[in-house]
Amino acid sequence: MTDQQQRDLRHDEVEAGTQTVLGSPSIDVTDARQNSLWSDAWVSLKRNPLFWIGAFLGVFFVLMAIVPQLFSRGADPRACDLSNSKLPPSGAHWFGYDQQGCDYLANVAYGARNSLAIGLLSVVGVLVLGIVIGAMAGYYGGFLDSLFARVTDIFFAIPLILGALILLRVGPSTGLPILSDRGVGAVSIALAAFGWMTAMRLVRSQVIAVKSSDYVAAARAMGASNFRILTRHILPNAVAPVLVYSTITVGVLIAAEATLTYLGVGLQRPTISWGLQISSGQSLLRTAPHLVLFPSNILSLTVMAFIMLGDALRDALDPRQRS
Amino acid sequence: MGRFVVRRLLLTIPVLLGASFLIFAMVYALPGDPIRALAGDRPLAPAVVAQLRAEFNLDDPLPVQYGKYLANLAHGDFGSDFHGRPVLDTVVQRLPVTAKLTLVAVLFETIIGLAAGVLAGIRRNSFFDNVVLVSTTLIISIPILVLGFFAQFLFGLKLGWFPIAGINDGWYSYLLPGLVLASASLAYVARLTRTSIAENMSADYVRTARAKGLPNRTVILRHTLRNSLIPVVTFIGADIGALLGGAIVTEAVFNIPGIGRAVFDAVKGQEGAVVVGIVTLMVFFFVFFNLIVDVLYAVLDPRIRYD
Repeated sequence: MTDQQQRDLRHDEVEAGTQTVLGSPSIDVTDARQNSLWSDAWVSLKRNPLFWIGAFLGVFFVLMAIVPQLFSRGADPRACDLSNSKLPPSGAHWFGYDQQGCDYLANVAYGARNSLAIGLLSVVGVLVLGIVIGAMAGYYGGFLDSLFARVTDIFFAIPLILGALILLRVGPSTGLPILSDRGVGAVSIALAAFGWMTAMRLVRSQVIAVKSSDYVAAARAMGASNFRILTRHILPNAVAPVLVYSTITVGVLIAAEATLTYLGVGLQRPTISWGLQISSGQSLLRTAPHLVLFPSNILSLTVMAFIMLGDALRDALDPRQRS
Repeated sequence: MGRFVVRRLLLTIPVLLGASFLIFAMVYALPGDPIRALAGDRPLAPAVVAQLRAEFNLDDPLPVQYGKYLANLAHGDFGSDFHGRPVLDTVVQRLPVTAKLTLVAVLFETIIGLAAGVLAGIRRNSFFDNVVLVSTTLIISIPILVLGFFAQFLFGLKLGWFPIAGINDGWYSYLLPGLVLASASLAYVARLTRTSIAENMSADYVRTARAKGLPNRTVILRHTLRNSLIPVVTFIGADIGALLGGAIVTEAVFNIPGIGRAVFDAVKGQEGAVVVGIVTLMVFFFVFFNLIVDVLYAVLDPRIRYD
């Protein structure tokens, strides 16, 4: 049980009147802190080179998304001069120029914002869907659980890219608010709609694992509501695995966004995006390979940052894997 | 076992129906007009529009449309695209291409993935083990799209070893896209095998085999490997089902006229019947191979019994 859960249980006990508040907190025995899961995890994270590489790259790209000006070496991505078309990288312009003669370093740097925004937004969507459905299925069980299990099976059988591709393709003709504008919001919705299933199964199994524990029964006996039991006593157990899963998934979804945009259904011109850069560079692979190679490499490094961080977190948070 | 298979088969029906209905609803139910999309900028005569709408049952409510679609499906009629070409023809023509690509990918994944995993697993923490760990992390992190371009650029354009795109060179032209398609699974197979072997190396029965004086080769090939392969075989089995339907990106990058390319073109052209038909087929493959994997578990591991 985590400290937070112990405090919550105590709070429930006091409310139920089965225990009075201690006069002085100094005699609270639980105050003698043990090493928590998180402090153990931090100790092992600090020793993991994967974590430091991932953290460095992650901070680097988040910074690039927030203030791309810092990385573009003073160039404006929209200030283009056709006479510079497809010029290769040089000392003054590290990434060269694209077909329209725009500084490519600036374009690639400004592309980080959309990728990271979609990665984070769609993971939030995945978590909301996964946690709500998974918690209800696991906690209430029975018919609801079987129903949600079938629905999850159905979504699982449709590949992420394919489902999102169809939804985004029909999106503009639906006239629905966010979905029809082919922007960051639409892509995030499509990715979340077809990517929530693993989060649901993860949360569901965690809920089932602890829902019959004594401390949950204790909280219920003291009259805590279902909502309180779920949010305060059961779901905190799922924080560690869900954190690992969502870190890795940010990377996976960033890659999926670039793929959808490359396939022509994601972000549209004149938005600056790595997927669009790769797609327009494809036909110029022979004459100007740097137009594909730079955005591809930066995209891969971004995805790698999150996957490495997730791997390192898993190693640190899963005590069974410790030797 | 027989009862388990029958029950699992019955459970696949709601998944198949649900998935095809989901796609059907996305294609037909969301507001928007596929007939107008077909016409493009040129306005169609109202009579033509009415005739096409009737032909594709577009004026019925959604459940009725889906019911009619299912009734046709029961007669083996997958419908036809807006040019009157039966969907089944498209599938029959495109599926062998994707099947070949999948076969090449699975071969790569099995041979390279297993070899790397076994060698890393039996010498844990060796130099080779670390190489495998680092390179699998790299491969998993690189989006398949990027990997495709990279392979095209390096092996197709710079070195000229493989054709850049298309399938005009027979099996040879499937090698590069097959390797790209296999890459992520290959990394997973290597990691899975490595973990599994490393776990079993310290098992009691392996120690017994060594104590009997068996040569190292026999201990590894006959005793350790056989037990370690169960999770790997099941992963590869499930992966075949996923690869048969998941090759959209690879087929787009390498311009391979397979089933993934067909569904992508159909989505772009809003050819509802083609999209629903092919996606249903993909879901069927996915579900079918997962069923095979479940049965395979019981065959490979006598401790697992379903009855």
